[in-house]
Amino acid sequence: MANHAGNYTPGNGLERWLDERLPIVRFSKEHLMDFPTPRNLNYWWTFGGILAFMLVVQIATGVILVMHYTPHVDMAFASVEHIRRDVNYGRIIQGTHAVGASMFFVALYVHMFRGLYYGSYKAPREIIWMLGVILFILVMATAFMGYVLPWGQMSLWGATVITGLFSAIPILGEPIQTLLLGGFSVANPTLNRFFSLHYLLPFIIAAVVVLHIWALHVPGNNNPAGVEVKDSRDTLPFHPYYTMKDLFAIIVFLIPFAWFVFFAPDILGHADNYIPGDPLITPAHIVPEWYLLPFYAMLRAIDFDVLFIEARLGGVLIMFGSLAILFVLPWLDRSRVRSGTFRPLFKPFYWLFVVNFVALAYLGAQPAEGIYTVLSKITTAYYFGYFLIILPLLSRIETPKPLPPSIAESVLGENKAKAAAA
Amino acid sequence: MATVSENKATRRDFLYIAAGAVGVVGVAGAAWPLIHQLNPDASVLALASIQFDLAPIPEGSSVTIMWRGMPVFVRHRTAAEIEAARAVDVSTLRDPEADEDRVQEGHEQWLIMLANCTHLGCVPVGESGEFDGWFCPCHGSQFDTAGRIRRGPAPTNLVVPPYEFLTDTTIQIG
Repeated sequence: MANHAGNYTPGNGLERWLDERLPIVRFSKEHLMDFPTPRNLNYWWTFGGILAFMLVVQIATGVILVMHYTPHVDMAFASVEHIRRDVNYGRIIQGTHAVGASMFFVALYVHMFRGLYYGSYKAPREIIWMLGVILFILVMATAFMGYVLPWGQMSLWGATVITGLFSAIPILGEPIQTLLLGGFSVANPTLNRFFSLHYLLPFIIAAVVVLHIWALHVPGNNNPAGVEVKDSRDTLPFHPYYTMKDLFAIIVFLIPFAWFVFFAPDILGHADNYIPGDPLITPAHIVPEWYLLPFYAMLRAIDFDVLFIEARLGGVLIMFGSLAILFVLPWLDRSRVRSGTFRPLFKPFYWLFVVNFVALAYLGAQPAEGIYTVLSKITTAYYFGYFLIILPLLSRIETPKPLPPSIAESVLGENKAKAAAA
Repeated sequence: MATVSENKATRRDFLYIAAGAVGVVGVAGAAWPLIHQLNPDASVLALASIQFDLAPIPEGSSVTIMWRGMPVFVRHRTAAEIEAARAVDVSTLRDPEADEDRVQEGHEQWLIMLANCTHLGCVPVGESGEFDGWFCPCHGSQFDTAGRIRRGPAPTNLVVPPYEFLTDTTIQIG
């Protein structure tokens, strides 16, 4: 879609002067306003805009929270309570930040599952997808470190377990863990460095978002029909058509967000995190935040040795592997049809994958015993089987439905059919 | 450019490689302090050893104390627990170690171990699990009455720290 010759003409002498030196107005007009966008994008495509909005919300509330927070093991817990009880509107600002993390992941998962269904990771959009996976990992790291900062029991013990993952690495593991913690256990040095990194990472995320959008603006958006844009009849200018659509979606998204913040700011958290961190007592049942549960379930699913790989290392490899496999997804799914709408065999496996992912999240929250350990193994196997066996196989044996000849015809054809029916 | 023969090293090549090498060494040298500052500082490393009085711990109970910022189990084992630990065939264990090697001779009733599970560092719950030793609530590892891993994801037995008996009822850890 390199054919979007901008139609910006500097209006006066000053604009012309600026345009010859820093063409920022031209750039904004071409990429933020006139950018040709497929006319058939549905509401699943608004979650990119929602995520950009959420990143701004998290940075804005986070910068404010830092003005009242004390990063020391003796004072961190009390300072968060101070924010919630004493600081003007602190209850709302802290609630927005904490609930915001959860809402961020809601949007992130919807955004990723949309990409998985509509084949947005396929050529020529592999780099967009891979940058997205990097963003996903960065957001998880940021959220994890943010959860440590209130220094409750789950903060302390969650940090102990997650940094303990590194100790599973042969030989280098223990030194790496000590380096991460700045001691032999999670303590004040750990809290301080997590605080520093939690402040840094969102800005790195913002930089990668710029790359993500840059890569997006080379081929342009994928779309529900999964066929490429052929001419200008297939597209609409980004502004006002999609700026308004995204804005409307953001407003709708804000309704449950606001409900959580105002009426149930703690419902997504864990009660144990309102007990100050105590290095002598582990909570009876450690669970990470809900958005990390599927990966936590896969970590725990490996409780047996495989050849020379001991169970602990195996679990860590499976957990990191579950993220790493996303990087090679564009080369695992060889089907030339992007959109799941036109792939009859793909559809049931895709929806089973979605259900399986939710099941993994459920299992991650259950104790590691009895039927749960068995189910964890089955769901972990399906997670990997979907990428390693089902997708490569489907792309060989599936006969896709006929694709619409163009985006315009897929939209207008539908309208004609509806008009005829009416 | 074309005047220089292609297969002969020139002064420019030498300068190019030398400058590059100095640059790499310089960057590595500057990076090391920035990484090493993450490692435990002097105040964390300083505390070394503690002394602890065992006399108040009745048989069949245990206490958790702090050493180097880490919790340590001190368990006063009953005769039955020692017997159970010694009845196990060592060769069947994941991390084979005899009970005798985990306690000090003449003080078999005292089991002293780091309280962090060797899986991911949680503190296991005492006198529970199928082997009446410790049960880790995080990921389900089970340890016997000698603190040896019997079931679950932990790769090794609970770690016995370096310690010595100063008197019959006083130990020094570290």
